[in-house]
Amino acid sequence: MMMGSEKDVGLEETQIFLPREEMENLALDEPFIAKSYGGDYRSAMSSLSDDHHPLSSSSASVITDGNGNDKSNGSDPLHSPPSYRDFKRNPSNLSENSFLDPPPYSNVIFTSFSGENGDSGNGSDPIPVSQYLKISVSNPQKEQEISSSLAPGGNTYVTYLITTRTNMPEFGSESGGVGSEFAVRRRFKDVVTLSDRLSDSYRGFFIPPRPDKSIVESQVMQKQEFVEQRRSALEKYLCRLAAHPVIKKSEELKVFLQVQGKLPLMPTTDVASRMFDGVVKLPRQLFGDSGRAVDPYEVVQPAKGGRDLLRIFKELKQSVANDWGGSKPAVVEEDKEFLEKKEKLHDLEQQLSNASQQAEALVKAQQDIGETMGELGLAFIKLTKFETEEAVYNSQRIRAADSKRIATAAVKASRFYRESNAQTVKHLNTLHEYLGLMLAVHGAFSDRSSALLTVQTLLSELSSLHSRAEKLETASSKIFGGDRSRSRKIEELKETIRATEVNKSVALREYERIKENNRNELERLDRERHDDFLNMLKGFVLNQVVYAEKISNVWAKVAEETSGYVKESNSN
Amino acid sequence: MITTQRSLSGSSQSPISPSTQPFLSVSVTDPVKLGNGVQAYISYRVITKTNLPEYQGQEKIVIRRYSDFVWLRDRLSEKYKGIFIPPLPEKSAVEKFRFSAEFIEMRRQALDVFVNRIASHPELQQSEDLRTFLQEDEENMERARSQEIGIFKKKPADLMQIFKDVQSKVSDVVLGKEKPVEESNPEYEKLKHYIFELEDHLAEAQKQAFRLVKRHRELGQSLSDFGKAIKLLGACEGNSLGKAFSDLGTKSEMLSVKLEKEAHNLLMNFEEPLKDYVRAVQSIKVTMVDRANAFRQQCELAETTRLKEISLDKLMLMRSERVGEAEIEYKELKADSEEATKRFETIVRLMNEEIVRFQEQKTSDIGLAFHEFAKGQAQLANEIANAWRGLLPKLEACSSSHT
Repeated sequence: MMMGSEKDVGLEETQIFLPREEMENLALDEPFIAKSYGGDYRSAMSSLSDDHHPLSSSSASVITDGNGNDKSNGSDPLHSPPSYRDFKRNPSNLSENSFLDPPPYSNVIFTSFSGENGDSGNGSDPIPVSQYLKISVSNPQKEQEISSSLAPGGNTYVTYLITTRTNMPEFGSESGGVGSEFAVRRRFKDVVTLSDRLSDSYRGFFIPPRPDKSIVESQVMQKQEFVEQRRSALEKYLCRLAAHPVIKKSEELKVFLQVQGKLPLMPTTDVASRMFDGVVKLPRQLFGDSGRAVDPYEVVQPAKGGRDLLRIFKELKQSVANDWGGSKPAVVEEDKEFLEKKEKLHDLEQQLSNASQQAEALVKAQQDIGETMGELGLAFIKLTKFETEEAVYNSQRIRAADSKRIATAAVKASRFYRESNAQTVKHLNTLHEYLGLMLAVHGAFSDRSSALLTVQTLLSELSSLHSRAEKLETASSKIFGGDRSRSRKIEELKETIRATEVNKSVALREYERIKENNRNELERLDRERHDDFLNMLKGFVLNQVVYAEKISNVWAKVAEETSGYVKESNSN
Repeated sequence: MITTQRSLSGSSQSPISPSTQPFLSVSVTDPVKLGNGVQAYISYRVITKTNLPEYQGQEKIVIRRYSDFVWLRDRLSEKYKGIFIPPLPEKSAVEKFRFSAEFIEMRRQALDVFVNRIASHPELQQSEDLRTFLQEDEENMERARSQEIGIFKKKPADLMQIFKDVQSKVSDVVLGKEKPVEESNPEYEKLKHYIFELEDHLAEAQKQAFRLVKRHRELGQSLSDFGKAIKLLGACEGNSLGKAFSDLGTKSEMLSVKLEKEAHNLLMNFEEPLKDYVRAVQSIKVTMVDRANAFRQQCELAETTRLKEISLDKLMLMRSERVGEAEIEYKELKADSEEATKRFETIVRLMNEEIVRFQEQKTSDIGLAFHEFAKGQAQLANEIANAWRGLLPKLEACSSSHT
């Protein structure tokens, strides 16, 4: 089932929540300094293609109406949500949101409690136009690599069509303008590149994790199934990026979504070539030319790959010294608040994981009961048909009529279970989403600790450089008339010290920057999590109420119709 | 406990005053585990209240076990061919399930229904074996029981045979062959087909009902687990949101209990009656076997008698001295043949009455089961709705508390 209409409907919902965000983003700040985030994790819950729905009709039991017609499509909540039209408040919101975003309708219900028939958000919202960034992934195609390798014919790979619709000025649209639509073809490798470049540029941010490479699955699964799984995962990923208040405006994302042809982002060079690089540089660094300081710009990146071998060694040595050495390093993670938060988040992650698991089990149990109810209904339909056809006695006809009532009610109830469960899946999906987000949090925290390590390493280096310089000066001062070779060395050392000082400042600044990013992201996480969880609870509970009422009514009617049998048995 | 107030003769319009109206009421209660290890078994208390003269006194209490019921069923099957003997619950299930509270309760209920159906059947209630069962002390009961084991067991082979007969009858008709030993009664044929197909449909419905019971239990379990997990998650959040999580978790656990209750209700009041229906149909099949056997016997004896008549005539023509002997044999055969015919015709007559009774009884039994099913489901759903609805105001209060 490809994109098309449901997707459009699903993405509409980001519109509703942007007004608030827009208000807060009006002040454009320099990059890397905290912005006030109004971004919306919620919108990360983009459309769930029905193909992946646990309840999609691959199951053996097909719910039929009395005539044996398959009703499963008719009751597809994505197409026809009749039950929610019962709630006549804000029908326009309901039709827009369909069931891709549970919270809005529940907001709608709640605001009507207070007598207002308003949208979510204040009525006095002055922002005329909200910004949107909608991305869809579709149309996988096989393509050939123009082979530069020895293999004849070259490798094939799959590309996906990435379609973007936006009115954000970053993408060339006029602010407040109509918006544009464009599309590019990208392969999975490009997504990996995008993800890596974002990790480099946005250290300290909670960057949504990209889909796995799934190498095993790609071998084991059916090709089509795998491609579809990947397509869906890619879409979710890109939509989450689009929902991040800072990353949605990144150059990397823009380039990924807009630039035709080859992706103009530097791919992560493979370790081998970096190793080669490193091998060339290493001897100089190891043998005496230790004056060679690392370029300041590189200090801003974590040490990785072959070029930074030396730096990796140094930082490793430092981290060992941190752990096992007697003395405390010069700068430590002192931010108590941060450490507390970290602890709490660890806790949260564990409970999220547990709750996420139980939610899945609950969904499965609801699905099962709905299915069995449906099969029960089917069995009674057959029984009814049989008894009706074979009836000789009037008692049989009466029995057939009763069994028909049961059959009809069971089939209806089964359908309600299914519809309700489809909603439950979407609501409880919030748990899964936040669990996935924990990965991003880990990434941001490790950015912080590796930046700290860099600072600590440089400080140690500085301290040892200073002590060497001191020693040389002392020794040189003992020689009357000056010590030309030593003086030269002292000069070189002082030069190195100066360069290292610069690096240290840069590294420290970077560390502070990352800390600030962490802090802002944590705030945003807390805020959004509170809202998202609350909406999840509301949506879940409301859904249960609505469907339990429907199911109760269906059965109450049958109980009424068969109440005569109770009097009968009592009088016997 | 079902009390029967029907008069024994079936004519219920006679103006007898309540105190003198004949009644026979039985209840099977109070299951108790006796014995140890492999020999352990359940005993039941059977309480009879009656004013019938054939019974010793107004009230009698005896202790019976499952095999006593089996004895009664077997005796009645032997003596009352043509009548659909009420079915018994199956012999024990898997070993470890045998003494579970639920199984014991299900069995007790089924045994109670069994005895009461016998007590309210116009013919069966007059059975001497019933009186033995309801009144004899345990020692005599055991003696009676051990005498009869094995003799009256219905062989499953017979049931298979009748099924094959039904099948082959169809094909024989198609092929133009008629087996001489089968009834060629089109109405009865229709009934046979009906009964066989009915069993399949009912078995399927019962299977789904049983599964539905299981699903209720599974849903209850997962709601309980989910509730616990949600409470733990809520502990990570603070303030009103945390409280909301905690309330939701509590509700979830509470509903889990209700689901378990409904599962039990479904089992006893919906699935069991369906199972009982299946058993009743199987009991009819047993009667059909009896009928087929009786028919075959009748035909065989009629044939043998005819041949004997022919040979007798021959002997008479030949003026053999064996005429006398042959005449006696012939007369005996003729009597047997007439008896066989009478037996067969009794079965046919009884069956015709029984089938009407059966259809009516089943409509009420199943109608009640349907009602209980619908009522249980409606109540459960209602409780679920109420429980969750109670949370809504609290959740609403949460929204305004946080920026």
